Amino acid sequence: MNRFAAILGRDLRLAVRQGVDSLMVVAFFVLAVVLFPFGVGPEPGVLARIAPGVIWVAALLAAMLSLERLFQADHEDGSLELMALEPVALESVVLAKVAAHWLTTGLPLIVAAPLLAILLNLPVEGFAVLLLALLLGTPTLSLIGAVGAALILGARRGGVLLSLLVLPLFIPVLIFGAAAVEASLGGFPARPHLLILAALLLAALPLCTWAAAGALRQGLE
Amino acid sequence: MSRFAGTDLACIRGERLVFQGLGFALDAGQALVLGGANGSGKSSLLRLLAGLARPAGGTLSWDGASIADDPDAHRARLLYVGHADPLKPALTVAENLAFWAALRAGRRLADSAVVAALDAFAIGRLAGVPGRYLSAGQRRRVNLARLAVSPVALWLLDEPTTALDAAAGESLRALIAAHRARGGMVVASTHSELGLDGARQLNLDAPAAAGGIKENHVSVPA
Repeated sequence: MNRFAAILGRDLRLAVRQGVDSLMVVAFFVLAVVLFPFGVGPEPGVLARIAPGVIWVAALLAAMLSLERLFQADHEDGSLELMALEPVALESVVLAKVAAHWLTTGLPLIVAAPLLAILLNLPVEGFAVLLLALLLGTPTLSLIGAVGAALILGARRGGVLLSLLVLPLFIPVLIFGAAAVEASLGGFPARPHLLILAALLLAALPLCTWAAAGALRQGLE
Repeated sequence: MSRFAGTDLACIRGERLVFQGLGFALDAGQALVLGGANGSGKSSLLRLLAGLARPAGGTLSWDGASIADDPDAHRARLLYVGHADPLKPALTVAENLAFWAALRAGRRLADSAVVAALDAFAIGRLAGVPGRYLSAGQRRRVNLARLAVSPVALWLLDEPTTALDAAAGESLRALIAAHRARGGMVVASTHSELGLDGARQLNLDAPAAAGGIKENHVSVPA
């Protein structure tokens, strides 16, 4: 547990020192969403209609951006080898890194989301559900992304490979994340969608941690 | 008395047999120096000993028990210094070392202990300097300062004197001597003379040590 805290603490400290990295992810998120009114026209009805999907797709892509470096930086300078040599399961190393990734990218995305929802004229009734869905969905993105990030260790052009591996796996989160918001706007209960998002998170927590640790072991040999 | 031994070890990298039939035995307080040309398998052997890679054949044992049976216990008693110096450029020297120590011991280390470890390599004054401003030799010194904070039984050092000046080499020798006096073991690879008293030599070029087969292309029996 203390090793978990040590890794998490170090990653958070690094993220604060190199604050630009987190900021760039949020800036990308905002810019990607801002492009849509230019592309589809500024008609409020149309924008409100596509807002949930647009925000979710932009969030997926923004989360992707920072995933490439999740293990790569530690792999290049030997830190990962050092962590693998500790008498502790590699799974807890993965969990600590994923937690740090979510806190430094997922959480800022959630903070920026209401601003974008206003920009896209999303009705106010949808805000709470949008935030709740992002809160349940973005940790799953970090977890699934960790598997991809572990698989591309040492690969050339890892970023492109990572998106090919990981984006298809993001689809369930996208479907239920956007559907939750649309349901609440249409007067239907959003609860079932949110419950499925929670179930996805609970399934990803052990499965992705285990798979990413396995991929790291393979990559380190 | 602990005893670390390897019997009939073989290593395959890619499709190439690096060495086979390699054996050694180390008792408490002993040092083993690995020699051999580039590519003779010194680093590969050290990675096998650390448990970072699995041997293609043969066994490693500690006090007669195979380390494959309890890899966590093996990891807990070794410290490996590889080619890379895992310093984070954005963290200060003291923060880097404190992180490694916390990772190793599972608890926070007192600041005084961190500075004491840095002083073992005469870099205490660098404690507050971010990693990105260090020279190659200074980075190496910080990496080796890990040895001074972690009391473990087995040190695995992959060309530890790379980029070090004479004074730092002397500090390393003193540290290794103190470690061996406490009953610790050292396995180190080197191209230069490490100058360890009574160290055993293992030359990976020598056919006797390597089983006589070098540079052969073989099919991999997974």
